[in-house]
Amino acid sequence: MKLPPARELAIPAVVLAFGLVAPVLAPAYRSQMAFLWVMVVFALTWDLLGGQMGYNSFGNILFFGVGMYACVVVQRDLHLGYYSALFLGMGVGAVLAVAVAAVIGSGLLGLRGHYFAIGTLGIGIAAGELASGWDFVGGGGGMVPPLFPGAVGGRETFFYYLSFALAVITFPVLRWLYSGRFGLAINAIRDDEDKAEAMGLRTTQYKTTAWCVSAFFLGLMGGVVGNLVGFIDPREVAFAGSTFGVWMVLMAILGGKGTLWGPVLGAVIFHVTKELFWTYLLGWQRVALGLLIVVIVVFFPRGILGWARERWPERFGHGVDEAASEGGR
Amino acid sequence: MDNLRLLFAAPPLSLQLLLDGILIGAIFALAAYGMALVWGVMGLINVAQGELVMLGGYAAYFLYRAGIHPLLGVPVAAVLLFFLGWALYRSVIFRVVDKDLFISILATYGLSILLQQLANGLFGANVRTAESGFGTLVLLGGEVTIAEIKLISFGAALLTGAALLVFLRRSRMGQAIRATAQNARAARVMGIDTDRVYAWTFGINAAICGASGALVAMTWIVHPYLGLPYTVRSFMIVILAGLGNVLGVLAAALGLGVAENFAGFILGAEYQAAFIFGLLVVILVWRRFSLARQRRYLT
Repeated sequence: MKLPPARELAIPAVVLAFGLVAPVLAPAYRSQMAFLWVMVVFALTWDLLGGQMGYNSFGNILFFGVGMYACVVVQRDLHLGYYSALFLGMGVGAVLAVAVAAVIGSGLLGLRGHYFAIGTLGIGIAAGELASGWDFVGGGGGMVPPLFPGAVGGRETFFYYLSFALAVITFPVLRWLYSGRFGLAINAIRDDEDKAEAMGLRTTQYKTTAWCVSAFFLGLMGGVVGNLVGFIDPREVAFAGSTFGVWMVLMAILGGKGTLWGPVLGAVIFHVTKELFWTYLLGWQRVALGLLIVVIVVFFPRGILGWARERWPERFGHGVDEAASEGGR
Repeated sequence: MDNLRLLFAAPPLSLQLLLDGILIGAIFALAAYGMALVWGVMGLINVAQGELVMLGGYAAYFLYRAGIHPLLGVPVAAVLLFFLGWALYRSVIFRVVDKDLFISILATYGLSILLQQLANGLFGANVRTAESGFGTLVLLGGEVTIAEIKLISFGAALLTGAALLVFLRRSRMGQAIRATAQNARAARVMGIDTDRVYAWTFGINAAICGASGALVAMTWIVHPYLGLPYTVRSFMIVILAGLGNVLGVLAAALGLGVAENFAGFILGAEYQAAFIFGLLVVILVWRRFSLARQRRYLT
């Protein structure tokens, strides 16, 4: 893979530098900033299906929850050292999430449009309900991951850098995927699936692969967030369909779905807004968020980058995003 | 699985579950018919359907607290929700009606979260119920019992459905709604104000959701988070029955009520919600494979 020209590396370099020094500059906000990177991964992995492939999933949270539970179960039951158990658990979580994606993908990915959207909504919530009835994983009471062995406050710093690293890995992997044949194929599926199939694309294979990639990163992230939050609740943390599950959709739309930087931008703006709501509108923050969802969806369905592209098309002519996202148009 | 054995050992228990399921089903049918109406006429899947049911339940509850008998609360809740539905259409829904389906699903999902959290903030998360003060019927020497209120709400649900059908068949607005459902563009050409028709349709949908919510508040409980299961039930019933098939909706709703009751008994109450959402996925996947088979025969 050839490195992109220096001009295109400017923004990633700034983001990278910010991510590295941020916890040092503002140590009080480490866990909020860790969640910023979690949100970035959420939005990016959602956009892989929703934006690039046109399959709007409300159930990606399923893989996140599976990864989280798998990681904590490994940490609880295998009696390894803290770090080896954590990383093994994250690996197991990712593998399990990919397996789940492959299995349910074969059934669900055949659904089109709104049937897919509602079906995935159902599967995310069903998983939460199942987990809260299953005593092996703590039932409705949830689970608590093992204590972090390091110093006080070391936990936040450690998981901050872990989630940052995951976000930093996710982005170039997706960029690389979009830039090749795979990206063209899933864009073709988005634009006209029947035609893509008629042209000889193995659409089911591509769709399942895309879902598995998305599940892989979400599964890894699940393990991180489970330990970062320090408590797993089946409905509110692991399979949080009405919070994380909707936010990932919203962030991608806010930034501009089907672009590479859109989800990142959307995640940053959304996360900051959300934290402000939590600080200044305590008690009514969720009402405000619901209102925000409606406003964004109704008034900005194209997102910030989508709007910018309409406004200054010439600037996007050779833009960073164009090669990756504009496959067919 | 102990409960399953119990079911075979005591047949009246099955009868009990069957009756309860049928009586619940009629209430599901109301909300589902509203969803089918909106879907068919406006081409919109309303994810906030269950929240309208929830708000109808709260309307009946507060009327009950104010000293009005819950049965009288049913029409009042329906009227209140009609205006809410109208207002929702005029403020939000009309902007997404002609957008692609995903945008409208997401917008109504946002509405559902908004209404749910508003209800949580305003009314508290406590479980409420509107006491109707009816007794219990005892059949078969005490082996099967039916709360009278369930029978009454079954009747009320059927009555509401019948009234709606008559409205759609006979009234001018009903005719306009059916015309718009057939072909919105042709309806516009014929001089029908489709925007007004949409507002009415959404209002009527909200009204029947409100009625069914009031019945829910009388027969069971209301709390801010009961919405999504009702939405999912409605959606399942509609895709099983098809759009514009009233008897199909009723049959699917009664069947769902019965299935849910049996599943709740056999698997335990903590898995009842999981059963509903799992069934949704199963039905969707089954539908996909049966459609795929059809396609193979056709080509």
